[in-house]
Amino acid sequence: MPDRIMFTMGDIASAEGALSAGCRYFGGYPITPATEIAEWMALRMPEVGGSFVQYEDEIASITSVIGASWTGAKSMTATSGPGVSLMLEAIGLAVMTETPLVLVNIMRGGPSTGQPTRGQQGDVMQPKWGSHGDYQIIALTPASVQEMFDQTVQAFNLSERYRVPVFVLADETVGHMRERLVIPDEKDLKLEYRKLATGDPADFLPFKPDDDLVPPMALLGSKYQFYATGLTHDYRGYPTDKEDVQLELVARLNNKILHNADKIIDLERFMLDDAEIAVVAYGTPSRSARKAIKGAREAGIKAGMLRLKTVWPFPEDAIADLASEVKHIIVAEQNFGQVYYMVKASAAPTPIHLMAKPAGMPQLPHEILDKIREIDSL
Amino acid sequence: MTVQPILEHPMTKYIRTDRTPWIYCPGCSIGIVTQMVARAIDNLGLDFSKVVIVSGIGCTGRTSGYFKTGTFHTTHGRAIPFAEGVKIANPELEVIVVSGDGDIAAIGGNHLIHACRRNIDITVVCINNNIYGMTGGQFGPTTEHGRYSQTSPRPIGNPDYPFNLVQLAASSGATFVARWTATQARRATDSIEKGIAKKGFSFIEMVGACPTAYGRMNRLGDGLDMHKHFLKVAKIQNGLPPHEAEFEYDRIIVCGEFVNIEKDEYTAVLKQMKEKLRK
Repeated sequence: MPDRIMFTMGDIASAEGALSAGCRYFGGYPITPATEIAEWMALRMPEVGGSFVQYEDEIASITSVIGASWTGAKSMTATSGPGVSLMLEAIGLAVMTETPLVLVNIMRGGPSTGQPTRGQQGDVMQPKWGSHGDYQIIALTPASVQEMFDQTVQAFNLSERYRVPVFVLADETVGHMRERLVIPDEKDLKLEYRKLATGDPADFLPFKPDDDLVPPMALLGSKYQFYATGLTHDYRGYPTDKEDVQLELVARLNNKILHNADKIIDLERFMLDDAEIAVVAYGTPSRSARKAIKGAREAGIKAGMLRLKTVWPFPEDAIADLASEVKHIIVAEQNFGQVYYMVKASAAPTPIHLMAKPAGMPQLPHEILDKIREIDSL
Repeated sequence: MTVQPILEHPMTKYIRTDRTPWIYCPGCSIGIVTQMVARAIDNLGLDFSKVVIVSGIGCTGRTSGYFKTGTFHTTHGRAIPFAEGVKIANPELEVIVVSGDGDIAAIGGNHLIHACRRNIDITVVCINNNIYGMTGGQFGPTTEHGRYSQTSPRPIGNPDYPFNLVQLAASSGATFVARWTATQARRATDSIEKGIAKKGFSFIEMVGACPTAYGRMNRLGDGLDMHKHFLKVAKIQNGLPPHEAEFEYDRIIVCGEFVNIEKDEYTAVLKQMKEKLRK
């Protein structure tokens, strides 16, 4: 089959990416500006033989996604900040029980109900720190309609590979912009699926990791019986209050992501090779930054951009390397400063300048260019 | 002829015996109801590997972990939506939720009524001991007005009024609704069997004793006293309209099967919708 070409919005591209990745269960609840994903899935999911379910709230949605995933179905939900707030307890359960799932968050203005129809990047810290306890998740930050498709596919692959919830964190502008989308034939996509339990069911230990720190997964209804719980559990899955088990489990849940950070993190270096001023951006502000950097180059200023396509795990090493290459780093993000603090922690002592804008209109190209000029004149 | 002693309980084959002793207090009803669920599964001759048992949080929330099949201990109140995800993604599985009154009717109350409304083919066995046991005895959604608990201490008593779970499930659209006490082992097991076999949402309230918290704080005696009391106040009225299924701990606990009706089941409806698209 040839590639399919659509002129469509980011939300729909994400839904199509999920379907191409093999997602066959969507549980959701309507919320602006993510609703188009549910609306698209309501028709497309049954077309491909999967299930679309509209639940009574976001808590039921995400919990049902966990349940569906344990039957072996690639499963997802989509929501926005207020919905993620409700889902965070279940995200912790998914982390603890090592459940593959994808959550698309189309970020809108906050705090609280905020500006539902305006974009923002206020939810960058939320998935990483919002559920209680110490854990790692993966979060991807697309900046175009095509990337909404591509990175949703990638989100499923990473979630299956590491048995961890993966967030697609897109600001509303990316979710609602319309661009050309090329959907490749499924045989051209590299799709991954969780490692499944093998061997004698009598000897099976459902939470005993392999060398890659990820345990093979037993599915509900298979010949393997198991108990999965949000309580701290040993290799058998049995609850325990032993300190050594807690220490080993928490370390493993974190390290299975951190030790593979270089395989997970995806970055774009734009005009950085001789740059003296680097812009760090992701999502919509990175589109403005690209134009601003071209303008700066025309004005003879050596500017470049490190575009983050992954924010969790945070690319600390890449930022540290960047800090040794350039004289100044500007962080442009559509919030009051979130990735900024991570950059600051990774790049010291290089000066870091924040361009914060916690409002619907992203930093415009000329605004970023003005900032580059200001930094250049220091 | 020598008589061989019975060394193993007949339901042991369904149970993770490496997890005994269980966490339950002496006199608690949860173990009795766990056995009823096991016997119902046994009587139906189900392929146990295709049975999924889900619980939320609390004393009853620990039930799933004692069954030797695919079992899941979810967050507080969310056993039903987890079970729905499992059933919808794989309708071949027999999905049973065993959880407490606080889990199912307070924090998870919204999920209960919406799952009833959807009429999805899962079976909910709700053990109602009138109290939050695991956290040490606070009043819950089924605690009667005026009863004492850690958060409604003497002489204040519970300011709230309880849900009648039979009425709640029936009015929300469940297609099979029953209530028994933990002392009516055969009848209750029979209803759990019917609930599992039913193609639709089944709700079985199992009235149980929590002597450690509810009994102690309300001077209802020990576990034996409380179970004897159930026998005394239980009034079996099968087929009674659910709104007449009274529950007044001291006076009357109406038991029986109150709803057994036919309605389109949710996963069957989803299947029909997919077929409609293929035409």
